[in-house]
Amino acid sequence: MNPCMLLIGLCLALVAQLSHAGPKIERWQTTSGARVLFVENHSLPIVDVQVDFAAGTAHDGEGKAGVASLTRGILDLGVPGMDETQIASRMADIGALLSGGVDMDRASVTLRTLSMADKRGPALEMLRAILSQPQFPAAVFDREQARSISALKEALTRPDAIASKAFWAAMYVAHPYGRYATPESVSSLARADVVAFHAAHYTAQRATVAIVGDLSRAQAESVAEQLTVGLPSGPAMAGVVLPKLPSGGEQRIAHPAVQAHLLLGMPALRRGDPDFFPLLVGNYSLGGGGFVSRLMKEVRDKRGLAYSVHSYFMPLQQLGPFQIGLQTKKAQANDALKVTREVLATFLAEGPSETELQAAKQNLIGSFPLRLDSNRKILENVALIGFYDLPLDYLDRYPENIEKVTVADIKAAYSRHVRPEHLVTVVVAGE
Amino acid sequence: MPAQLPDNLKFYQKRLMPMRHARLIPLLLALAAPAPVLAETYEHQLANGLRIIVKEDRRAPTAAHMVWYRAGSMDETNGTTGVAHVLEHMMFKGTPSAGPGEFNRRVAAAGGRDNAFTGHDYTAYFQQVPKQKLSEMMQLEADRMRHLTLDAQEFAQEIRVVMEERRLRTEDQPQALLFEQLSAVAFQAHPYRVPVIGWMNDLENMTVNDARAWYEHWYAPNNAYVVVVGDVDHQTVFAAAEQYYGPLPARPLPGRKPQDEPVQTGIRRLTVKAPAELPVVMMAYKVPVLRDVDHDVEPYALEMLSAVLAGHEAARFTNHLIRQQRLAVDATASYDSTRRGPGVFHLYGSPSEGKTRADLESGLRAEIALVQAQGVTPDELARAKAQLIAGQIYKLDSIFAQAMEIGQLESVGIPNAQNRRMIEKLQAVTAEQIQAVARKYFRDEQLTVAELDPQPLPTTPRARSPFAPRH
Repeated sequence: MNPCMLLIGLCLALVAQLSHAGPKIERWQTTSGARVLFVENHSLPIVDVQVDFAAGTAHDGEGKAGVASLTRGILDLGVPGMDETQIASRMADIGALLSGGVDMDRASVTLRTLSMADKRGPALEMLRAILSQPQFPAAVFDREQARSISALKEALTRPDAIASKAFWAAMYVAHPYGRYATPESVSSLARADVVAFHAAHYTAQRATVAIVGDLSRAQAESVAEQLTVGLPSGPAMAGVVLPKLPSGGEQRIAHPAVQAHLLLGMPALRRGDPDFFPLLVGNYSLGGGGFVSRLMKEVRDKRGLAYSVHSYFMPLQQLGPFQIGLQTKKAQANDALKVTREVLATFLAEGPSETELQAAKQNLIGSFPLRLDSNRKILENVALIGFYDLPLDYLDRYPENIEKVTVADIKAAYSRHVRPEHLVTVVVAGE
Repeated sequence: MPAQLPDNLKFYQKRLMPMRHARLIPLLLALAAPAPVLAETYEHQLANGLRIIVKEDRRAPTAAHMVWYRAGSMDETNGTTGVAHVLEHMMFKGTPSAGPGEFNRRVAAAGGRDNAFTGHDYTAYFQQVPKQKLSEMMQLEADRMRHLTLDAQEFAQEIRVVMEERRLRTEDQPQALLFEQLSAVAFQAHPYRVPVIGWMNDLENMTVNDARAWYEHWYAPNNAYVVVVGDVDHQTVFAAAEQYYGPLPARPLPGRKPQDEPVQTGIRRLTVKAPAELPVVMMAYKVPVLRDVDHDVEPYALEMLSAVLAGHEAARFTNHLIRQQRLAVDATASYDSTRRGPGVFHLYGSPSEGKTRADLESGLRAEIALVQAQGVTPDELARAKAQLIAGQIYKLDSIFAQAMEIGQLESVGIPNAQNRRMIEKLQAVTAEQIQAVARKYFRDEQLTVAELDPQPLPTTPRARSPFAPRH
C-alpha cells in the first residue's frame, strides 16, 4: 500500500469511528419566540448558559459607534432593587460566574453556575433580571463611558489595535463591519442611546439560548422560559446588509514600534455557506494548521521572519473576513510581505498538494474529539449552531464533510471567495 | 506554538481566582459530583527517576500528556539569559529519528495539538490528543528527552524567531516592559530579576553551544516528570512509560545555588517611558511563599487577602477604587503562593483621566491600610471561600486545567497529593490571619514601585495615508 492510500485508509477508519460523535442537541422555541438549544450532561454538577442577541457592533447604527459594546458592558451593573456591588456580591457568594462580550454580530451573556438548586436558582434569577430589566444607572453609565474612552485612547497607541481598525475599515467601506468606536463617538452617546439599544436589540426574537449541563429537559425548558419571558418584544431578526467588495490596495501607517504589524485580507465567507468546508480544509495547509502550514514554514521556519503567522476565515452573518496576519521587525516588513504574498498566490493558483490535503483531513478529523471534550467547548459550539441557525447535525456531520473535500473543491472555493483584486493590505510601523 | 508562558502574562490575568490549584475537599464530595467522575490520581516512579502522575477522567475520549522539566529561567546564569526558553524552541527542531518539523507533523497527523511553555521555575511540553494516540506521544517526548540534534543552521533561524517573540511580547508592550523593569529592581541577587525570555543582548549573542550545554545539564529523566490526564487506564500508562521513557539513563544534575535575595531595607522606585496613553502604577511587596503545606499559615492568608482585594467584581479594588472613588480605570492585585523562588504580592492599575499616578498609589496604599487597621469582614472571607470551592468544581470541566494544576504544584516540589490539604488550609484562614499578614509584610522597606510614564506617539496614527491601489 502506498503512503497516500495508507493515509486515506486511516482517515476513513477515523470517520467510521467518529460518526455520531457530536453531543445530542435538542432544539425548541420559547413562548416568547427565542430559540433554545440544550445538551443534557450530568457528569459534573455544573450548568452553563449562553444567551446571544443579534446586538453586536454591526448593529451600532449610523453615528452611534460604540453603543453595542457600552450596552453590553453596563447590562449587568444594575437590576431592580440591586446595585452593581450587590449583584456581584450575590454571584460571588454562590460561586457563579458571569461573562460574555460583543463581536460583530452578537452580544453574549454567559453564566456558569453549580447545579445545586440553592446555587442555580439565584444565579438564573439574576441572569433573568440582567437580561430583561437592566437599569443602566446614570452614574454607572457616566463612569463606564469614561472608562471606555480611556481604553479606546490607549488602544489608539497600540500598533496591533491601529492595524486592526484600519484593516476592517479598508475591507468594509461604508459597511457596518467597517465602523468602529472612537473616543469621539463614545463621548457623544447618552444613556438614552443605551436604553433604546437594549429595547430594540435584546428582544426575544433576536435571542438564542444555549444550555449545557446538569439539568433535565423539563428543567431546561423552564429555565429558557424564565430567562426570556420578560425580554422586550420586537420584529423578526433583520440581517446585516451585503458588503461591497473593496477595490484592494495597500495602506501604510507610521508608528514608533520596533515591529511592523501586517494584515492582508478581504470579506470572504458567510456562516452557512456550503464552501465553508473546502475553505477550512484548504486553510489548514495555507496558514491554519499551526506549525505544519505553508505560511509557518516559509515565513517562520525557513526565514525566521516572525514568531507568529496565521491565516483564517471568520465567517459572520454577512461575509466575514479571510485574514492573514504576522509581525516582524521593521526592517524586514517588505521581505515578509513579499514572502506572504508569494505563498498566497501559489496556493490560490495550485491549491494544496494531495499529501497536504490528506494531512489536513487527518488532523481536522482526528482532532474532532478535542473540540468537544468539555462542557465549555460544547456550549460554544451549540451557541454558534443556534445563533447562525446551522443544521442540528452540524457537529455529527463535521468529520464526513471534511472527508469529502477534494483539491478541486478547494481551488474552486478559493477562486470564488479569495480574489486577489479585492485583497487589502495594512502595514503599521513598517516604514 | 512554542511559547513562553511568562509570569508577566499570568500577572495580567483580568479575573484572578483566589487560587490556581487545588482539589476537592471532603465537604465537596458530599454535595458535588456523582461518583464516576471523581477522578483518581495515581503515581509511579521509573528506575531512572522519572515520575509518572496519572489522573483518570473518562468524560471524553481524549488525553493530555505533559512533560515537565525542573529547569526554568531561574536556573540560568548571566550572559545566557533566555536559554531555557530558546531550548524549548529548539526541542521542536529534530532528533536523528524525527527530523526538523517532524514532531509537529506527527502530532498533527495524530489529530493532536501541541505546544510548550517556559517559566521562571520550569519548562514544560504538552500534547492534547485522542486517547488512542497517547503512547505515540510518549515515544516522541522520550526521543527528544535524550536525542535532540541541536543543529547550528536550525538554531540560527530559530534564535531570530525568539527575538521576534521578544519584540512582540515585551519591546512593544509598555506594561510588559514596566513589569520587566519592576522585577529587575525588586530583585538584585535572585534570578527572578531576569525576564523569562531573556535580555535582548543575550539573545543576540547566544550560540547553539549555549543551548546544547543547557540541554545536557538539565534534560534527564531524573529532572523531569510526566503528567497524563484523561480517558486512560493508569496501569496501561505506566507500562507505556516504562517502555518509552524507561531506557533513558539517569544522569547527575548540576548543583543548584539558592541565590537568596538580601533583605530589602528601603523603598525602591523606578520609571519607564514608553508610547502609551494610560499611566500605570505597579507595586511589588516581598512576601513569603508556601514551603510547608501543613505548618505554613501566612501564604494561605496572603492568597485570601488577594481574593478579598481583587478576586471578583465586587471585591474591594473594583468596588472602592474604580466604582466609588473613580480613581482608577483598572486596579487589581495578584499573588502566587507556589513558586520555587521568593514571593511577591503585586498591586497595580491605571488612574482615571484627571487623576495622577501618585493619586492611584495613595489609593492602593489606603486599601492596604484599611485591612491593616480594620481587617476583613466575615462576609468578604466567606465569599472568597465560596468562590474557591466553586472554582475547584469548574476546574474539573477541563482536562488541560487539571493537568496544569498537577504540573505546577509538582514544579515547586509540592506533591500533588497535598492539594486537598492545601484547600483545607485555605478554608481555615481567619480574618485575624489576613490582618496579621497585611500588617507584617506591607511595609515600605519591602516595597518597589514602578510607574509607566506614557509618551505621546511622534506621529498621529489616525491621520492615515490615502488608500492607494496596488499594482
